[in-house]
Amino acid sequence: MRGIIGYGTYVPYYRLQRSAITAALGSGGGRGTRAVASYDEDATSMAVEAGRNLLRSVDGLVPDSVYFSTATPPYLDKTNATVVHAALNLPSRVFAGDVGGAPRSVNAALRSALDGSRLTMVAAADVRSGRPGSADEAQCGDAAVAWLIGGEDDGSVIAEWLGGASATGEFLDRWRLPAWDYSRVWEERFGEHAYLPLVTEAADAAFKETGLEPADVDVAVITGLHSRAVRGAARVAGLGEVPVANDLSASVGNTGTPHAGLILSSVLDESDPGRTIMVMHLADGVDVGFYRTTDAIASYTAIPSVVDQIAAGNDDLDYQAFLTWRGFLEREPPRRPDPVPPAAPPSLRSQAWKYAFVGSRDRSTGTVHLPPQRVSVKGGAVDDMEPVPMADVGATVATFTIDRLAYSLSPPVIAVVIDFDGGGRFQCQMTDADPDTVAIGDRVTMTFRRLMTADGVHNYFWKARPAG
Amino acid sequence: MASKGIKDQVAIVGMGCTPFGEHWDRSVDDMLIDASTEAYASAGIEQDDVDAFWFGTLASGVSGLTLSRALKINYKPVTRVENMCATGSEAFRNACYAVASGAYDLVAAVGVEKLKDNGMSGLVSQPLPGDGTRPELTAPAMFSLLAPAYANKYGVDTDEMKDVLTRIAWKNHYNGARNPRAQFRKEVGKDTICNAPLIAGQLGIFDCSGVSDGSAAAILCRAEDAHKYTDKPLYVKGLGFASGPAAGPIDPDYDYTTFNEVVASAADAYAQAGITDPRAQVAMAEVHDCFTPTELVLMEDLGFAERGMAWKEVMAGTYDLDGELPVNPDGGLKSFGHPIGASGLRMLFECWLQLRQEAPEDRQISSVTEGGKTLGMTHNLGGAPGECVSFVGIVGSELG
Repeated sequence: MRGIIGYGTYVPYYRLQRSAITAALGSGGGRGTRAVASYDEDATSMAVEAGRNLLRSVDGLVPDSVYFSTATPPYLDKTNATVVHAALNLPSRVFAGDVGGAPRSVNAALRSALDGSRLTMVAAADVRSGRPGSADEAQCGDAAVAWLIGGEDDGSVIAEWLGGASATGEFLDRWRLPAWDYSRVWEERFGEHAYLPLVTEAADAAFKETGLEPADVDVAVITGLHSRAVRGAARVAGLGEVPVANDLSASVGNTGTPHAGLILSSVLDESDPGRTIMVMHLADGVDVGFYRTTDAIASYTAIPSVVDQIAAGNDDLDYQAFLTWRGFLEREPPRRPDPVPPAAPPSLRSQAWKYAFVGSRDRSTGTVHLPPQRVSVKGGAVDDMEPVPMADVGATVATFTIDRLAYSLSPPVIAVVIDFDGGGRFQCQMTDADPDTVAIGDRVTMTFRRLMTADGVHNYFWKARPAG
Repeated sequence: MASKGIKDQVAIVGMGCTPFGEHWDRSVDDMLIDASTEAYASAGIEQDDVDAFWFGTLASGVSGLTLSRALKINYKPVTRVENMCATGSEAFRNACYAVASGAYDLVAAVGVEKLKDNGMSGLVSQPLPGDGTRPELTAPAMFSLLAPAYANKYGVDTDEMKDVLTRIAWKNHYNGARNPRAQFRKEVGKDTICNAPLIAGQLGIFDCSGVSDGSAAAILCRAEDAHKYTDKPLYVKGLGFASGPAAGPIDPDYDYTTFNEVVASAADAYAQAGITDPRAQVAMAEVHDCFTPTELVLMEDLGFAERGMAWKEVMAGTYDLDGELPVNPDGGLKSFGHPIGASGLRMLFECWLQLRQEAPEDRQISSVTEGGKTLGMTHNLGGAPGECVSFVGIVGSELG
């Protein structure tokens, strides 16, 4: 038996009310909210957060490979999955590679993992928007998902892979050049014309491949960025009365590459053993697969669940802030020097610190040092330190300030001095927080973020955020 | 082992100080020339009489050439000194030791900074290549960390704390209004200070020191030679300096209500000078009021108030120009301005005026004229809470 051993999701904190778009532009928008990656997040940082949530739920398992799929890669030429690998503090023997470009690439990664024999993490994330007033801007959303795929020798399979099938088509429905920050789409009815026959073909083949019938399916996950074709897919797939899972469009929006995984995760969050789940993803063709939950799912808890993350969102985000974060509104910066990018050699030297937030603990006194030190601040012992991963340790605000002079895409900067449970102090930025309510004694956790980008170099590091 | 000290071995026999401010019409060279020639004239000497120079600047030039090129110094030793915002004091300190060692008869300490040519707001530093993980807080943000920590520890509520910080800024503007060399020469009302736009945390624009251009210089010789140059020399009583493990930002034992480096450097300087009760013995103190919470905390670190009591002393006027212990009678960094490399020597310049009773009448402190006190203190720090360098110097108008 092979299938899903674990999964984790990440829905960012901020929500844009679609009505805010309508209010500003007089058109566009709609009802409900969409999830918004904060100004300091990108597909890679969100994949890290989903990966952390996954690894917390599968205590002790270390994947053999990491595939990272995104249609919005922060880097080209340089692998993004290596950032995920480093932030998850995985050993160097673990393979990490990107499988990216288009939303369909996630199915390449998943299929490779399901057809293979190794314990594989598949992470997917997109930061999706469009030109102001566009359907993509309103209807899309930002999120990440991570699966751990393997067999019974690797761990407890919670959803067995029953098989599936695909239909591939080459037609111009949605496209984007690498330098563009929005996608273009052909006339909607054309895409529907191209997609629906492929839906029928792939669904028929998948039922035949697995020996299942529509009546065996307990719930169907149907997604794709062509919403009109997605709406018609159940009918042409012959699903009849099969319930279709909530597509999260009212709260999160369509997150593209990770979206099938996000909906599947929300279904798994609520699933008992023995449920048969059909996943159908319309993206330059159609990929259909079936999973059946096992007895092991009864003892699997994804923390946090998708529904909990949706509930924890903040829907007060200004449309102007959203436009600024996504680069559609260039604001006057403070009269301060341009940010300086991190340099390559020091970043390599401090890789475990910078990417995985690993400090050092003095063996003689137990004192924790952030960043890691060679000489202890207590007692002065030299080179008697062991590495101590701190990314998942809680902390408390010792003092703080609001820096209104510092450059930020989202001023003002909140800076906190935090003391970690069990020892260790660090001074860092705080994110996903209201500057008016930060207080000494607040509880925080660490989150992996993109601090800034300068000279085309993304500066990834950790920030504090309010504990959930 | 502690510092042995050089009490009464070295004398200050001449000083110069340019006005501080936005000197759009004056270069680094201009300011160095103005401060140095004023100091030479004050000591009644020519430049060629000076045997060696200590030149402090954070970033307005590199090497001794910055000074020797401007002043056409004829092949003398010029040591360029840098120790962040304590640079001016560090030039002075090292010059003192050169004289005390007997190596030179007459030396100069000169500091300068040109901050207003870069077109930026606030202080700008040149970052070293790094891994991008160091917190990049602005200077006001770093020092504003003191305010909530202090208020929280001593039960001062937010509004009271704002009043305390406002009163410090108000006092320093009051003093600066009486100083023709200060950058800001106007009194500023408490309401204006309190309601000014916020920069960082509780700190508004008036809680921050002036970003300015300026230069200051001192001429030093052995104490026994002092009267060759002036009737009213100042004698160096103690020089404390501390650079620590900078552990505040990584050690939970640090509580952001004190500067350990200040406590250490003050204890050393007091011991050298034989001071046991600084609040009573010192006539005046020039302290590093880069931001108002810094001055508040310094009052306790320097022994001018009990722990947790400085905020009450501030409100009671203890450190006012006519108070029990005038602090920053020249307006301080707040009002005089803070050209980094010059500030430590500018502080000394106020001691030079006050202890010699040469300050303008409306600023002359009565602790000297009526109280008969003869000791002045300068305190200068660089860095941030929990990770700074600190200088404390004691000078006096009498031997012994």
